Amino acid sequence: MSRYAAPGSDGAVMNYQSRYDHWIGGAYVAPKQGGYFENPTPVTGAPFTEIARGTADDVERALDAAHEAAPAWGRTPAAERAAVLNRIAQRMEDHLEELAVAESWENGKPVREALAADIPLAIDHFRYFAGAIRAQEGSLSEIDDDTVAYHFHEPLGVVAQIIPWNFPILMATWKLAPALAAGNAVVLKPAEQTPASIHFWMSLIADLLPPGVVNIVNGFGAEAGKPLASSPRVAKVAFTGETTTGRLIMQYASENLKPVTLELGGKSPNIFFDDVSTADDDFFDKALEGFTMFALNQGEVCTCPSRALIQRGHYREFLDAGIARTEKIVQGHPLDTETMVGAQASNDQFEKILSYLDIGKQEGAKALTGGTRAELGGELEGGFYVKPTILEGNNSMRVFQEEIFGPVVAVTGFSDFDDAMTTANDTLYGLGAGVWTRDGNTAYRAGRTIQAGRVWTNCYHAYPAHAAFGGYKQSGIGRETHRMMLDHYQQTKNLLVSYSPKKLGFF
Amino acid sequence: MASAEGADGFAAGLADGRAKGPAAAGGPAPGDPERVAVTDEAAAMIRQLTGQHGPLMFHQSGGCCDGSSPMCYQLGELRTGDSDVLLGRLEVDGVEEPVPFWMSASQFAYWSHTHLTVDVVPGRGSGFSLEAPEGVRFLIRSRLMDDGG
Repeated sequence: MSRYAAPGSDGAVMNYQSRYDHWIGGAYVAPKQGGYFENPTPVTGAPFTEIARGTADDVERALDAAHEAAPAWGRTPAAERAAVLNRIAQRMEDHLEELAVAESWENGKPVREALAADIPLAIDHFRYFAGAIRAQEGSLSEIDDDTVAYHFHEPLGVVAQIIPWNFPILMATWKLAPALAAGNAVVLKPAEQTPASIHFWMSLIADLLPPGVVNIVNGFGAEAGKPLASSPRVAKVAFTGETTTGRLIMQYASENLKPVTLELGGKSPNIFFDDVSTADDDFFDKALEGFTMFALNQGEVCTCPSRALIQRGHYREFLDAGIARTEKIVQGHPLDTETMVGAQASNDQFEKILSYLDIGKQEGAKALTGGTRAELGGELEGGFYVKPTILEGNNSMRVFQEEIFGPVVAVTGFSDFDDAMTTANDTLYGLGAGVWTRDGNTAYRAGRTIQAGRVWTNCYHAYPAHAAFGGYKQSGIGRETHRMMLDHYQQTKNLLVSYSPKKLGFF
Repeated sequence: MASAEGADGFAAGLADGRAKGPAAAGGPAPGDPERVAVTDEAAAMIRQLTGQHGPLMFHQSGGCCDGSSPMCYQLGELRTGDSDVLLGRLEVDGVEEPVPFWMSASQFAYWSHTHLTVDVVPGRGSGFSLEAPEGVRFLIRSRLMDDGG
């Protein structure tokens, strides 16, 4: 096992500044009202930097900078914008370890996930949209011999993006890459739990972007998020978070008649049909890993497979194997390269998970493993650690219906295909789902029946840029990733052109 | 603990029939069971926030990230409608108007068997909830409705 030195200590691969202001117009700008707030690492609970506490004044300044930059950026040839995105990707690849450690220290996630998934995915995402924008074409419709409709893609202008704290750099990238590729300028507000790693990212790539194309305003939702989301000066608001704030953002956007895209989470079913267990082979092993994916990123994933539905025929043996696999999870210091589960991102998140373990027990759910906080001792004593937990119960329990956002899976059984589909769809949400079977027909029918935006079939938690991601039902509006995301950041301009010299004859 | 006041209104089942709950607009009727309460610590924060922002409301969130957390706004900031239920009005000493606590009707269908208590913990909560800049986060603690408590 090796451990990266903590940022700020001897031998650290990266260090945070002691303070971050807003990044506006290509420079750091102090908050107008002069306030800052501390940013603790969930690894130990200790603050490691302080962050500008933004208000409406700061948002306005960022919008000024973005509006100044947007026209030129929007007119920049797609090939040049793509080149900028590719340079950003290369710079990130050159600093992959630093970015991974930065994210791990701020968010609490195991550095091996950041090294192997978060940062490489973010890098690929910039490259993907660099390619997508170069390959994008408008269209023309030949209405008749004299009339042609041309369709051009035009940027929206200045867009607002509000980023969640579970993947501070990757989720920012999901929003930034398509917006920038499409020619928009951005005002981005990171989550107040994880405001610093995006600034470290910016410190690496700032010289690659024209000033004002990306602006970062920090602060709390009520003080900085609201003036941004409700501003008539933004052409669109993109938000990842929860349902009440999603409604509020739609409400603000409706006042300005602006579009929104929302990603609001889920309660994703992970379905294991009997035939998974017909052989003790690689596929069975893969399925067990798929079951255990609930613990990825400490369960702080919108698509956490937090409901495992196991068919009755192999229920006990598969579940026992799943418990055994879960108990092999190495939990510890997030900067240890062997650590699989690190710290929850914040104290309130930690407390919320414990409150769910409590109501789960009250409702009669049985903790098959875990079920408590993890006492890791030493310097981790002040951090926020929860044992990977398997709860057994039924789908009407609240632990089956709400996104706990912790390393907690709720398990129940099903009798047949229809029973599985009924349970899978008995939820307010529809973001992700998993289907595991050796039967192609079953897999196909299940995937088409489940009301979710993505059905991982014999896999889980893969996030390639070239696959669309987004929610059915209350999980949100719009999609992220995939080139169709460009549509969410572009207007369609139709030029309807007549090449006839003849009048119509009406007047 | 302060308790939620049974307010004027009429009891009605929810449109989808999955759960019986307080009427969407009127809130719980006299005699309806208490559904939501508040701890002394949370009440103190509500008092403080009322002093800073004026009358308040809660709306229970769901979904990703800070979902499952109660969101506290200035009264009327979030537009509630027929798709919401008013679970109760929190009586807080020193706060003139009881603070309404709302939840979407669809979510209430899955939550109706549990009693909710608004608590507060140190934290850095996200969303637009008013308490986050104070370094705390409102949190819901739950118990079963029929446990006599």
